[in-house]
Order: sequence, then structure tokens, then C-alpha cells
Amino acid sequence: MAANSKTIKVIVFQLGEEEYAIPVHQVGSIERVMHITRVPRTAPFVEGVINLRGVVTPVIDLRKRFDLGTADFNDSTRIIIANIDAMDVGLIVDAANDVLDYNVESIEPPPEVIDTVDADFVSGVVKVDRRLFILLNLSKVLSTDEMKELEEIES
Amino acid sequence: METNQYLELFIDESNEHLQSINDRLLDLEKSPQELSIVGEIFRSAHTLKGMAATMGYQDLANLTHKMENVLDGVRNEKIYVDSEMLDVVFDSVDDLEAMVVDISQGGSGERDVTKVVDLLQAIELGEALDNRKKKQATPSAEASVELQVDEFTRTVLEQSQEQGLLNYKIKVSLRKDCMLKAARVYMVFEVLEQMGEVVLSTPAVEALENEEFDTDFQVLYVTDAAQNEIDSKVMNVSEIEAVQISEYQESDEVNKEVNFIPEDQENSNESSEKETTSPAKQAANKTIRVNIDRLDILMNLFEELVIDRGRLEQISNELHHSELQETVERMSRVSGDLQNIILNMRMVPIEQVFNRFPRMVRQLSRDLHKNIDLQIVGQDTELDRTVIDEIGDPLVHLIRNAIDHGIENPKERQANGKPIVGSIELKAYHSGNHVFIDISDDGAGINREKVLQKALSQQVVTQEQAEKLSDQEVYELIMSSGFSTADTISDVSGRGVGLDVVKNTIESLGGNITINSQLGSGSIFSIQLPLTLSIISVMLVEVQNEKYAVPLSSIIETAIVKKEDILRAHNKEVIDFRGSIVPLVSLKDVLDVPEVLEEDDNYSVVIVRKGNKLAGLVVDSFIGQQEVVLKSLGDYLSGVFAISGATILGDGQVALILDSNALIK
Repeated sequence: MAANSKTIKVIVFQLGEEEYAIPVHQVGSIERVMHITRVPRTAPFVEGVINLRGVVTPVIDLRKRFDLGTADFNDSTRIIIANIDAMDVGLIVDAANDVLDYNVESIEPPPEVIDTVDADFVSGVVKVDRRLFILLNLSKVLSTDEMKELEEIES
Repeated sequence: METNQYLELFIDESNEHLQSINDRLLDLEKSPQELSIVGEIFRSAHTLKGMAATMGYQDLANLTHKMENVLDGVRNEKIYVDSEMLDVVFDSVDDLEAMVVDISQGGSGERDVTKVVDLLQAIELGEALDNRKKKQATPSAEASVELQVDEFTRTVLEQSQEQGLLNYKIKVSLRKDCMLKAARVYMVFEVLEQMGEVVLSTPAVEALENEEFDTDFQVLYVTDAAQNEIDSKVMNVSEIEAVQISEYQESDEVNKEVNFIPEDQENSNESSEKETTSPAKQAANKTIRVNIDRLDILMNLFEELVIDRGRLEQISNELHHSELQETVERMSRVSGDLQNIILNMRMVPIEQVFNRFPRMVRQLSRDLHKNIDLQIVGQDTELDRTVIDEIGDPLVHLIRNAIDHGIENPKERQANGKPIVGSIELKAYHSGNHVFIDISDDGAGINREKVLQKALSQQVVTQEQAEKLSDQEVYELIMSSGFSTADTISDVSGRGVGLDVVKNTIESLGGNITINSQLGSGSIFSIQLPLTLSIISVMLVEVQNEKYAVPLSSIIETAIVKKEDILRAHNKEVIDFRGSIVPLVSLKDVLDVPEVLEEDDNYSVVIVRKGNKLAGLVVDSFIGQQEVVLKSLGDYLSGVFAISGATILGDGQVALILDSNALIK
């Protein structure tokens, strides 16, 4: 039994009305909103770059990435620095809520119909008590292939 | 056995030893009698073998061992140094290098080296055999093979005679104990074909290649060279017993034959033996190895410190606290020194790149049958590591180019009254804040007309443009993509890929390349590079509320232009700048900067340059000149239009660095 109860630690954050989760090992740090330098001629969801302790780090707006409409930054807005495939990318979220452990077995496949977020980005859904978390597949979210396509369309 | 912790050290040291073996082998080729050099090679090989065996790389150890045996033979004067033996040793060093590369990439260092091992063994045994038999070997020149001249050959000979060329019958006898007869024959043919043409050979060439002959062969040879010249050239090929050269007369078979008996090998070598400077001894350097990643981390931390220093200076100025100000000033000075030291630590002598070229040139000159002398000057010149890492490939291209297209083949050189040996000089030196690398050759130079014709046919330029171009501009055409003036495509170059890549690489390093050439007497490719890539001088400008940095290296000057002075040409805004028409580029439009400011009556313009083209970048205000630390935007945002990187300003904000080259078409 002990061997089966493998748990995963996730960071839970808020986007609009829903709560999302990403594994904690993919998160470098969580930052408050700081000055973001716009980078011209990039995909619309690329907010720009920040100075993260001396390292220039790109930042994307997850709301724009998922077409959830825009919201002004406020006190609870955070930048989650995610590390995927050896690159650091900042994700702007409405709020960082929690750090949770849950059992791997409690992950359910994503529902067939998801209207808010493109199903590709979702690797599963976790229900803890009465809360529902959408597990994000960050590699897909940060895939540069799509960015390249976007660039080609623009040019 | 836990060897992982030593792996890095092993790879580093192996590379060092291999490099030193390479260097020493080249020395040995120049002075084959210098046995102290062999000793050094032997020691390096021995250490390498020991290390490889300890680390458990058997293949590496075995091959090194075979090589060591040959070297030992040389050291004990059992094996003689000649270029063929060196070729085999060089090949085995190549294999060793490949193995070490494999190991460094996580492989097991295994490699099929049976061919080289066989050759090494052949040398080890064969030449030792040679040594024993040497005393009994007596020259015997028997005319066992006679030339059969057919109708076609006869016509060729007659024609050449009419042209005033000489026909010779050459009989070459190899030493009885010659091991690689086909190779010797090949070398003789190579020598002959540099001066003339071999019309016929007996036995036939195929038979010679298959070693289907005893020791003698004859050739019919058409040339304008003198008899004794041919003789001495052929005799330079080792293991040749005798050469008989006679003028070929069809009618009388009995010729006055000139018989040359070779001088004793020892004698000829002794005469060429000269005082070589004693090999430099390795002084016990007080150095430690530091991983480059650590230096990068150090640099990053220091950059953060610089940013905070800026803030601190600002605060202390606002507070007017004298003691605080004093302390901050002192801290600034100390950190300035620290910056210099850290930057210096990242500097590496360009030797690292240069020392692979002698080998390359040696190989290439053989492949292309050209004699080339490579001079290297200024290998101590230091450059930032990042530049060193990038500059190797462009230099390889340029040197190959110089050898393939620059230096003519020996026949042509002779015809033009040049020394047969072509020379290439590779020279590095500091000047101001830049490092220059010149690659000059004394070859054919660049033919302006030929380049222009090619450019016209490939529609790189139009006829009108072509007439106006300066020589320099014409030469630069050869670096445009898809351009090659070589008539024949060879392995080495001529496919039109290369020089444009060279140019792009150098420009991406913030440098530039210029070409000077004189038809018939050679070309100089001159590369200018920044000393360091990590810190550059920029002009900070403001576009609306955004700050951008323009590298000083591309700026000609800045100007304030009144609105009424702006002209329109073909619906484009241009200005008259010191007599030339310069197009204006509005950064606000190009970079989609959100508009917040009202338009001014004056335009602030930064005049930038790409090659000979100018453009005026319209900005809203100039902030000033500053040294900034160059940072990349990272993989996620690679290839952003007109942005070459980013930097962090004193207030902690990120400013983007403009790539003005992308803005000029």
C-alpha cells in the first residue's frame, strides 16, 4: 500500500474562476509583479522580459495564452517562474493560492469537453475535497513550435 | 571503480597531450633527425597510454601503445622518419582524438582502428626489416622493362616536340626492401606531374598501383624542366634506389644514359640537420583549472553587483551624506578593478584556435597537391572565451578558401615566376578595443571581372550597379550567399556555401570582415572582432516610454533634424545627411511602440551603418552612452526581429539591444 500511495506536490494558482496546478519541481520561484519590458513583434501572449536577479527571463500572460480575457494586475497578481526543458519562463497568474500534496491515483483524465482551456494543455484533473484543480502540461503550454507558427503567420 | 570524478581531468589532459603530440610531430617533420622531439612525443604518448589504461579505455590504450612502439623504434634509430611514416602516426593521432571526443560525449571510446594499427605494425616490423637488409642491398639497374610506344603516344610525343617541350624516358628503380611500392610510385608520379606530363608508363599504371612489378618502372615524360631538376625532385622521394633519365628518341634505342646513384640517406639528412632551439621546458605554472561555468556564475553575480552599485550611487547622491558618499565611491573603484580582473580571467590566447591549423594545412596541401607554408603570428593574442569558441569555424573556412582558391598550383606559380611554395600568413593582433585577425596569401588574388560577371549572371547586382562598384565592394560580393567563382567544385570549397556563413558569424559576434586583394599577388582577409562579447558600449535611446540600446559599433553619429528638413522620396522619409540621402526608419512604427508622447518638431536621429549603407533611426530622445552587460533573451524568445539581446540597466529594468543590421535592407 505504501508503495502505491505516491504523492505529488503541486503549486496551485488562480486564473479567473478556476484553479490550476503545476508540479512543484517545475517551479523555480514565485515573484511579485515587477517591471516588464515589452518585446516587440512577438506572440500576443508574450508579455515581455523581466530582470530576474540578473537573468533576463521571458514572461507570458497565461490569461492571454488560454484566451481567458484580460485582467489588470493587482496586489495578488504573481509571476510563477517555471523551468521547462532547461528554459526559465515566467507565467503571469491572478494569484498563487496554495501548495498541495495529492495522491497520483486521484488524477483523472481531462474531461472530454473543456471549454475554457485548450484540452491539449491539460494533463489531468484532480479533485481534493470540494476543490477541482486542472493539472497543466507545461511543455505544451510553453511549446515554442506554436510560437514559431505564429511568427510565420505574422510575417 | 569510481572514475567519474577523474573523467573531466582525463579528457582535459588527454586533449593537452594529443595537442602536444600534434605540435611535436609537425616539428619532427621539419627536422626529422631531432631525436629529442621524438622523446617528447614518446613521453606524451606514454602518459596518455597510462591514463587511458587506468580509466579503462582499452582501445585508446592499445592504439597509443602501437604508436608508442613505432616512436620507440624511431628513438632507437631503428625506424627512419619520413612523411609516409608521419602520415600513419598523424592518422593514429586523429583516431585517438576521435576516441577522446567520443569519451567526452559519454561514449566508451571504442573505435575500429584495425587499419591504422596494421599500418603502424607494418612500420614497426617492416622498417626494422629494412634496417637489417640495408647492408646487403646493392644497386642493380636492369633494363628489364622496355617501353612499348603505340601510335597515339607517338603523335603526342611528336606534337610536344614541335612545341619545344622535351621528351624523356625515365627509369625509376625502387629499393629492393621498399615496403609500400605503390605509395612510392604514386609519390613519384605526383612529383613528375607537378612539372610535366606522364605520357606512358611500363608497367601500366594499374599494374603499378597493384604493386605488380619488381623494383623498376619506366615512364615517358613530357616536360619543359631540365634533366637534373627532374632527377633531384624524384630522388627526394624516399626509398628510391636510382633514377635514369634519358632523352627519348624513337629511332635509336641506345641512349646516352645518365645514371644517378643516390647519396646515402644519412648524408643528405645530416646536411639538412641544423641547430634547433632547445625545446621549451614547461615552467611550473601557478595555475589551477576552473570550470568555465563557474566563471560565468561569477560574472553573473558581479553584474548584479554592478546594478546595485548604480542604485547605491544614486541613493548616496540624493542623501548628501559625506561618509556614505565616500564609502560608495571607494566601493565603486574597487568593483571597477574587480570587473577588469573577472573579464581578464575569461580571456584565452587565440593559440587554442590557431594550433589546429598547421595540421589542417598540411593535410589540405597534400590533398590539393599544392606546396604551402603556413606562418602564424601573434598566437598569444587574447580574446574572450565566447569569441574564441565561435571564431574557429570561420577561420577554417577562410584558410581552406585561401588554399583552394587563393594559392595556385605549383605549375601555374612557376609559370608566373613565383616561388613554388605558396605562403599563407595567419596573424592576430590587438588594436584599440578590438582584435584583428588577418589571413593573407600570396596567391592569385581576386579577379574583379570574373567576380562581376558571376554576380551579374547570378543577378546579385545589376549592370548599372556593377559599373559603379569599388574594388572593395566587388570583393565583398564573394561573401554574398550562393556565390562561388571557382570553376570547378572541389571537396574543399566552391559550392558557394561558406563565405556568406563566415560573414554572418563574424557579424553576429559584433565584428566585421574586409577583403583586400591584388590580382596576381594575393589577397588579405581581415577580421575585426570585439575584445569581449559580454560587455559592449551602447547608446541608450528612448522611444516613447521604452528604452532601447543601440551598439556604438554600428552608429556613425547622432543628429537632431528639423521636421521641415525631411524630404520624401517614393513615399519614404529621407534626410540629406552630409550630402548623401539617408532613409529614415521610425523605431516607433517598426517596434510597434504604444504612443504616449506628442510629436515633436524636431526628430532625434541615430545614423547607423551596415556595410556602406546608412539609415537614420528616429527616436524620441537620447539618454547617453553606456557600457552594458550583454544578455541573451533566452531560448524561448530566440529570433526576435531586430533585437539582438538585452541588458539590465542601473535601475534594474531590462532594455533591449537593437540589431540595426536587421533594419537596413
